[in-house]
Amino acid sequence: MNPVQYRRAESVEDAFPGAQWRLLGGGTNLVDLMRKGVEHPAGLLDVTGLSEEIAASDDGGLVIGAAARNSAVAAHPLVRRRYPMLARAILAGASAQIRNMATVGGNLMQRTRCAYFADAAGSRCNKRAPGSGCDAIGGFTRYHAIFGASPECVATHPSDMAVALAALDARVNVAGPGGTRTIPLAEFYRLPGDRPDLETTLGADEIIVSVAMPASPFAGASAYRKVRDRASYAFALVSVAAGVTLRDGVVDDVRIALGGVAARPWRALRAEETLRGTRPTDEAIDAAITAELASAEPLPGNEFKIELVRRTTVAVLSELRGTPA
Amino acid sequence: MDITVNGTAVAPPDDARVSLLDMLRDHLHLTGTKVGCNQGACGACTVLIDGRRVLSCLTLAAQAAGREVTTIEGLDPHPLQAAFVERDGLQCGYCTPGQICAAAAMIDEVRAGVPSYVTADLSAESVPFSRDEVRERMSGNLCRCGAHNGIVDAILEVADGSTV
Ligand SMILES: Cc1cc2nc3c(=O)[nH]c(=O)nc-3n(C[C@H](O)[C@H](O)[C@H](O)COP(=O)(O)OP(=O)(O)OC[C@H]3O[C@@H](n4cnc5c(N)ncnc54)[C@H](O)[C@@H]3O)c2cc1C
Ligand code: FES
Ligand code: FES
Repeated sequence: MNPVQYRRAESVEDAFPGAQWRLLGGGTNLVDLMRKGVEHPAGLLDVTGLSEEIAASDDGGLVIGAAARNSAVAAHPLVRRRYPMLARAILAGASAQIRNMATVGGNLMQRTRCAYFADAAGSRCNKRAPGSGCDAIGGFTRYHAIFGASPECVATHPSDMAVALAALDARVNVAGPGGTRTIPLAEFYRLPGDRPDLETTLGADEIIVSVAMPASPFAGASAYRKVRDRASYAFALVSVAAGVTLRDGVVDDVRIALGGVAARPWRALRAEETLRGTRPTDEAIDAAITAELASAEPLPGNEFKIELVRRTTVAVLSELRGTPA
Repeated sequence: MDITVNGTAVAPPDDARVSLLDMLRDHLHLTGTKVGCNQGACGACTVLIDGRRVLSCLTLAAQAAGREVTTIEGLDPHPLQAAFVERDGLQCGYCTPGQICAAAAMIDEVRAGVPSYVTADLSAESVPFSRDEVRERMSGNLCRCGAHNGIVDAILEVADGSTV
């Protein structure tokens, strides 16, 4: 690891990262990547002293400060009651120790767990070193994307929390030297295209200040299910965040977001559209997710994800249709 | 700002790269905290900061300035230690300090009603001390000797018997 400076930010205005500086949340991702030689910042600006407040907003929604620890969000009574899908998604991630450290801002900005990206000494990676090539393509792709990948990069975004936030139509409030703005979560992550090194639409000198969620129409009738290689403390092969409301037995509102399948949480808009206004029988759910999967492009090592997404989605939604919102 | 380690104030290292783990072991010679993977994947380095369990390998010592760090040396003596011995919660013992620090904090989390991924009703105010709950909540601490069954027994004994 190269020598590094360390400073605590006193306010949001004090926290716009200068060139070669990186914001430091819990450090659970950044410290690891510095040690692996993937990141070499000149300085670390600790932003854990900024707002960690979790507060109800006037429109029935919730605003969560970027410095809130993952464990604090999952344990918060309003999150558990109004957004159980978000609490469950956070609790599905990492371990209790890591969730105590990890912040909401850091969780959104964490880098891919692609092993070739992390292997700075031995592997080519267009995300880490643009233009160098991608050793994942043709390599071990069990954890890689089936949607939205490019010939340059097939990495996935590893966050569980972000998948629930995508289903909940969250917005990311950011600040920079030019002022503040709000980015819908749906526009926060970029697909790799020919610039896999550019992962989000956050500017290099901007900081995430908070995450806001509108009121949720389906507290009870929502779920987060994660499928992984061991029962706990493992990244998702596939995960499904879903919520549904029915009117007269017919789907009124439905949200389906998939994790472990793309460089961003994958909102299954096609499946949602297909389901809305229908009776959510097993066959209807199956047809809807199958329509979504028609655009999937699996790699030789992850074709199993097609069937896994299909079955997990059917299982989650068929359970939810019997649950009152 | 000093770091309080087991009640004693110490100055953070000059070099901001030093992890809390390396500071504890190499600078303060508190070698009860173990180095396993040094990348967040095993839990051997678990310590408490302000009473909450964290991984000292991914914490920079600088981040702990102004905070209270408790290591296994600071918890000693703890009822979990005897329970681990009685219930065969260890073989080689390498993961044990991390297991005990994690378990001590975990018992407090359950008592405070903090849910886990396997908690059926997330809106419930209290959660049970079941085997499944303990297994899920301790999943961040691996044991290469495979003493997990004994570890869960020991924790359940201490938690149910309210010895803590
Ligand atoms: C062994 C292991 C297992 C894990 N398993 C899972 C899992 O199953 N599911 C899962 O979802 N995650 C998992 N994680 C990842 C974990 O959730 C992330 O490392 C964590 O959420 C990152 O948060 P942090 O605050 O520690 O970020 P840091 O490491 O401090 O920072 C990460 C990035 O975010 C940037 N950043 C931090 N704060 C801000 C801000 N306010 N604005 C803009 N940028 C910011 C930093 O500059 C850095 O680039 C695992 C991690 C480990 C080590
Ligand atoms: S040494 Fe810290 S988690 Fe393994
Ligand atoms: S007792 Fe040997 S690793 Fe756990």
